[in-house]
Amino acid sequence: MTSPDTLTPAAPRPSRWRRLVESRGGLGLLFMLPAAVFLLCFLTYPLGLGVWLGFTDTRIGRTGSFIGLENYQWLADDPVFWLSVFNTMLYTTVASVLKFGLGLWLALLLNRNLRFKNFFRAIILLPWVVPTVLSALAFWWIYDSQFSIISWVLMSLGIIDAPINFLGDPWNARWSVIAANVWRGIPFVAISLLAGLQTIPQSLNEAAAIDGATAWQRFTKVTLPLLTPIIAVVMTFSVLFTFTDFQLIYVLTRGGPVNATHLMATLSFQRAIPGGQLGEGAAIAVAMIPFLLAAILFSFFGLQRRKWQQGND
Amino acid sequence: MAKQTPVQDDSPGIERFETLPRKILTVWLPLFVFCFVLLFPFYWMAITSVKPNHQLTNYRDYSPFWVVQPTLDHIRYLLFETSYPRWLWNTIIVAVASTFISLLASVFAAYAIERLRFRGSRVTGLLIFLAYLVPPSILFIPLAFIVYQVGIFDSRLALILTYPTFLIPFCTWLLMGYFRSIPYELEESALVDGATRWQILTRIVLPLAVPGLISAGIFAFTLSWNEFIYALTFISSSENKTIPVGVLTELVRGDIYEWGALMSGALLGSLPVVILYSFFVDYYVSSMTGAVKE
Repeated sequence: MTSPDTLTPAAPRPSRWRRLVESRGGLGLLFMLPAAVFLLCFLTYPLGLGVWLGFTDTRIGRTGSFIGLENYQWLADDPVFWLSVFNTMLYTTVASVLKFGLGLWLALLLNRNLRFKNFFRAIILLPWVVPTVLSALAFWWIYDSQFSIISWVLMSLGIIDAPINFLGDPWNARWSVIAANVWRGIPFVAISLLAGLQTIPQSLNEAAAIDGATAWQRFTKVTLPLLTPIIAVVMTFSVLFTFTDFQLIYVLTRGGPVNATHLMATLSFQRAIPGGQLGEGAAIAVAMIPFLLAAILFSFFGLQRRKWQQGND
Repeated sequence: MAKQTPVQDDSPGIERFETLPRKILTVWLPLFVFCFVLLFPFYWMAITSVKPNHQLTNYRDYSPFWVVQPTLDHIRYLLFETSYPRWLWNTIIVAVASTFISLLASVFAAYAIERLRFRGSRVTGLLIFLAYLVPPSILFIPLAFIVYQVGIFDSRLALILTYPTFLIPFCTWLLMGYFRSIPYELEESALVDGATRWQILTRIVLPLAVPGLISAGIFAFTLSWNEFIYALTFISSSENKTIPVGVLTELVRGDIYEWGALMSGALLGSLPVVILYSFFVDYYVSSMTGAVKE
């Protein structure tokens, strides 16, 4: 075989190039290069830099010096930080449980043999497709302290006398942002779980029914165990996104009233960008990492279990 | 990993033993409540954006759920008296450019990990997955620092270069799944026929992975269209803002909210992705569930 390359006098550069391209490792390295450069420069490096910034007193426009754990000591005595930790926990737990419950219910409804099933599936995903900030603006208007449509409906039904102050009262504000988050998260959970439900053969359910299982037993003894692996993964993602949520809070309350709805992410932004304390903001962001690792490990074992259930790869 | 295919079974199964009234109560009623709650904010957004100002807050004389004499004033205001068209343009450029870059990098990375199987490819695949789990809200502070030092602060380039950090892991992960489903034999026979890896990739694998490319592409486009925290942090001047940031920071002034303009801003900003979505519903679903399932 003569390829055009062998006809030309063998120059060292093309031949080295050829060797690189023809070896598996070399070509693999070459193909990985663009992605690797991006991820190393803008993901790995910032991640490390963030940890480093957490140990410094850097401010916007001034490089800081190493101050050890001072930021963390400062945060440990900061009631606002602990309030944000509490809020993040509350927000994540309540919203995730609700998203899971309602999402699973919706998935079960959609898994039935319905007319216009695809149509329903399509419109249910809408809250998830629309930019969060823009749908949060709609919620802001729905939660308006004077002209809220919810207040108006409840008032015309005679259930309440005065408009509800949705975002002005600490607990009202917490429940309101949780409701908005659940609204936005249900489609993701429902559609992902629906995909999982569709892999479960109907015959299993039918066999159980013939053996005399009630609908509830069929759900808990057949559907749920088969769905567990996918639930683990979906909920890990959901917890992850909820825990690190920023947009909804930023639009609806900016952490107010009086820090009552600050999450760790919004507090970190608040301290770092408008406040200028990059070091302290980075420390708050770093404090989120242990929780994220816990969620990732959870996901990892969920995946492992799935592999084990399917037998060896 | 064995691929689980959805069971295509449209027979009513045991559902046929259910009576109609019971089905209405347990299925259709909850379903309609879900749909109503999930869609109401959009209806409210749309109806507000065409309401004249005097009807907006006058619930006594006008029904809040409907509009008499709809107006396009808010949209006209938005398009001709604010920087909205400019934000739209910025958002389009940033979304298209970062999607394109991410797809390009991801195709190579996914092919290398899935098919070249170089030493360490499994670990690389796992690392890519972990990178997907790193949330922007812990990266934005150091990234702002870097962007500032590189000298691209307050420019579209800052967004174009940082969005791939969450797009590449996602696209690579998704494309790995698609490449895995292409039979090895096709590539092997091409190799035997003397094709180079480049030819295999461009002539065999990519044409077969077109659905995957579409899924990854529109999904990445939507993600960058919706991105907020980086755009909020890295951009300060009005003419470089994207739609989500521009609408929130420039249209909200003081204590008097111009709800009409705000809602039309939100509506117009959502329309492009919704239209894209309506054409590619199945691709969206497959990319969303694909990322979770693989």
